[in-house]
Amino acid sequence: MTATREPILTVRGLEKHFPIKGGGLIKRTVGAVRAVDGLDLDLYPGEVLGLVGESGCGKSTTGRAILNLQPATGGSVKFEGRELVGLDRKAMRPLRRDIQIVFQDPYASLNPRLPVFDIVAEPLIIHGLTKDEAELRERVRTLVETVGLNPEHTNRYPAEFSGGQRQRIGIARALALEPKVLVLDEPVSALDVSIQAGVINLLEDLKERLGLSYLFIAHDLSVVRHISDRVAVMYLGKIIEVAPRDELFDRPTHPYTQALLSAIPLPDPRRERSRQRIIITGDVPSPANPPSGCRFRTRCQKFANELTDTQREKCLTVEPPLESRGPAHQSACHYAAATQVL
Amino acid sequence: MSIVKDLDPAAPLLTVEDLNVRFPTEDGLVHAVRGVDYTLRSGEVLGIVGESGSGKSVTSLAVMGLLPASARVSGSVKYRGQELLGQGDRAMSRIRGKGVSMIFQDPMTSLDPVYRVGYQIEETLRVHDSKLSSKAAQARAADLLTMVGIPNAAERVRSYPHEFSGGMRQRVVIAIAMANQPDVIIADEPTTALDVTVQAQILEVLQTALSETGAAMVLITHDLGVVAGIADRVLVMYAGRPVEIGGVEDIYYEPRMPYTLGLLGSLPRLDSSTKQRLTPIKGSPPSVVNMPPGCPFAPRCPLHVAECDVTEPELVDVGGGHTAACIRIDEVRKAHGEAAAVFDETADDRLLGSEQPADLSAAAGTEDVGAPGDPVGERTDPAPQAGTGSLLDATTTPSTSTDGDRR
Ligand SMILES: Nc1ncnc2c1ncn2[C@@H]1O[C@H](COP(=O)(O)OP(=O)(O)OP(=O)(O)O)[C@@H](O)[C@H]1O
Ligand SMILES: Nc1ncnc2c1ncn2[C@@H]1O[C@H](COP(=O)(O)OP(=O)(O)OP(=O)(O)O)[C@@H](O)[C@H]1O
Ligand code: SF4
Ligand SMILES: [Mg+2]
Ligand SMILES: [Mg+2]
Repeated sequence: MTATREPILTVRGLEKHFPIKGGGLIKRTVGAVRAVDGLDLDLYPGEVLGLVGESGCGKSTTGRAILNLQPATGGSVKFEGRELVGLDRKAMRPLRRDIQIVFQDPYASLNPRLPVFDIVAEPLIIHGLTKDEAELRERVRTLVETVGLNPEHTNRYPAEFSGGQRQRIGIARALALEPKVLVLDEPVSALDVSIQAGVINLLEDLKERLGLSYLFIAHDLSVVRHISDRVAVMYLGKIIEVAPRDELFDRPTHPYTQALLSAIPLPDPRRERSRQRIIITGDVPSPANPPSGCRFRTRCQKFANELTDTQREKCLTVEPPLESRGPAHQSACHYAAATQVL
Repeated sequence: MSIVKDLDPAAPLLTVEDLNVRFPTEDGLVHAVRGVDYTLRSGEVLGIVGESGSGKSVTSLAVMGLLPASARVSGSVKYRGQELLGQGDRAMSRIRGKGVSMIFQDPMTSLDPVYRVGYQIEETLRVHDSKLSSKAAQARAADLLTMVGIPNAAERVRSYPHEFSGGMRQRVVIAIAMANQPDVIIADEPTTALDVTVQAQILEVLQTALSETGAAMVLITHDLGVVAGIADRVLVMYAGRPVEIGGVEDIYYEPRMPYTLGLLGSLPRLDSSTKQRLTPIKGSPPSVVNMPPGCPFAPRCPLHVAECDVTEPELVDVGGGHTAACIRIDEVRKAHGEAAAVFDETADDRLLGSEQPADLSAAAGTEDVGAPGDPVGERTDPAPQAGTGSLLDATTTPSTSTDGDRR
């Protein structure tokens, strides 16, 4: 939908490796957790890009590296054409206004000792964005109302709010600087479904009203299908498939995407019981020691059941690059083929 | 010993009647389970769903006799006609494992980190068969690990729990739970901590184990997809009580309790390309300290009328073994499972800014919640107060004339 415009955020070859220190007196680096290991993404203005994958695949690390909260160890992140990788705190500061992050845990991400007013006002004060107390009050009031909370209650502390309300406070704070891009790291995962739905609706409304772009990180693919325009699937630190929303869910081409979609139970007894399920074996390998060739091959159902030994050779030795599978659709498998799994 | 002899093979497998659990706390009695009734028949899977804090785990711990000593438990739990409540530890440990066994969310609840997994399975076998030779026990342990899909089981029996991944540990726990061929497995969120591809593996293992042993299962989860796939019947909990029980298709396609309908409408759908708006349920569940009279869902319910606040609705039969605790079941029936027919899609939560989240009522202590006689309206009712009442009018379009009207 947005393919003709310039991306607002461009990520190329992003790497975040965490050193593994050995024992002994001299803590030598003996290896690295390759949490993010060569990741490419584009985020277009006004778009919601869903970033999904199983626990430990590097979603949060990607989010933090994009914001420079944890500096990348390689690659490039460009916001409106400006390189962010390598910027120090001071140089990053003006850019912080444009890219904000909302964290998963509404219980841990708000300072429990500050009333809601201070939590929301803090970024405005730090960036000196309001000329006087009256304007500050007015701004906080508007922000709190924007996220659907009662502005009369800003003198209360986070503990006095429910999980859904706390997540709204986190969103109000993130919106204070009028960012262009929001990185939302599992913003609804900690919430019960009945409450999660309200926050999802709020995020949809805000995006429309404020013209925001979201990088929406989640492991729940149902939520991602609901909110995203495009979806990127991660496995062991890399994007393995990216496509417009319905294209990805209706015609996944990577065996991992297929297995992932197939594994998710549908809240519909008749459909759920009549499905053919692809069950992949084993667990995700350690990101400190990813498999050679294709990182998914140790669990790949195609590799195990369909390929000949000669075909397997390629999976074992050559890392599959992201290749085009149709308009705006790319995946990284030597033997990619669209299949319907839902 | 006597308890095992007294079992009545003709009685239902597990019957829970008017189960109540209260915890004394500084803020008063937490009435975590407020009258749970259910019957589990042989070979069936009963799914228990509900929001965090609704009492799912406490109910199951009460059945197993595993609650802390401070808990006050009343009512009845019968296994094959034999009362379990009030039984001593000795008698209960005869039932546990052989009659009823339990699987927890965290596999390390059931595993001992210092023993090899094979040894732990063998010990479980010996509890109920002291004459079992060690050779037979070893062989059986390996068989059980094979059944739950652990490759190379004959060698893996020698591994310690930490040498397994989370999914593999949960398989070991299932093997232990199945070791003595229990009639009933109670599984409390057995896959919640696992990745979805691993969850699919574990659910398959559980189903295989059930069909091989003929055991019945109580499956507790907040995942309505998991329940849709394997439950025969579903019990929906809200604020410590079942509010709807029925066959799985009735619950999903023809719910009768507004809360169930609301839950289904809140779910984004993986299998739908239409960008239908979700219909959240406003507010959050009530605190189970000093519950006001009336329907516990009333403050969040779009179908609420004044009568809802008078007494807590009983489960009423709506046909086909399907019961629901609501006085407006006819209204809910008309929705035929379409939440949007009853619930608003507003994203607004400001009306609830004054409400105290249930999960924190004990801890926060900064508000007047839990104070005796705290009127429900104070916590959850936005409408009558000037100021907030107008916000309601400005920002939401109530789908029924009763929305928010709780005087
Ligand atoms: N500070 C750190 N030091 C070492 N390893 C780390 C650090 N932070 C993350 N990792 C590792 O990097 C990998 C990716 O972690 P990350 O938190 O990004 O995953 P994720 O996809 O967000 O997972 P989840 O769904 O569980 O949130 C994991 O293996 C994790 O253990
Ligand atoms: N030992 C205890 N002392 C006091 N209150 C308790 C105790 N154990 C549980 N509770 C309370 O009982 C209520 C029900 O808890 P329970 O653990 O059964 O919820 P649940 O439905 O299993 O929720 P979840 O989905 O989060 O697991 C909660 O309000 C909880 O805080
Ligand atoms: S490249 Fe080979 S191993 Fe990797 S996903 Fe494709 S078929 Fe499977
Ligand atoms: Mg994460
Ligand atoms: Mg629980």
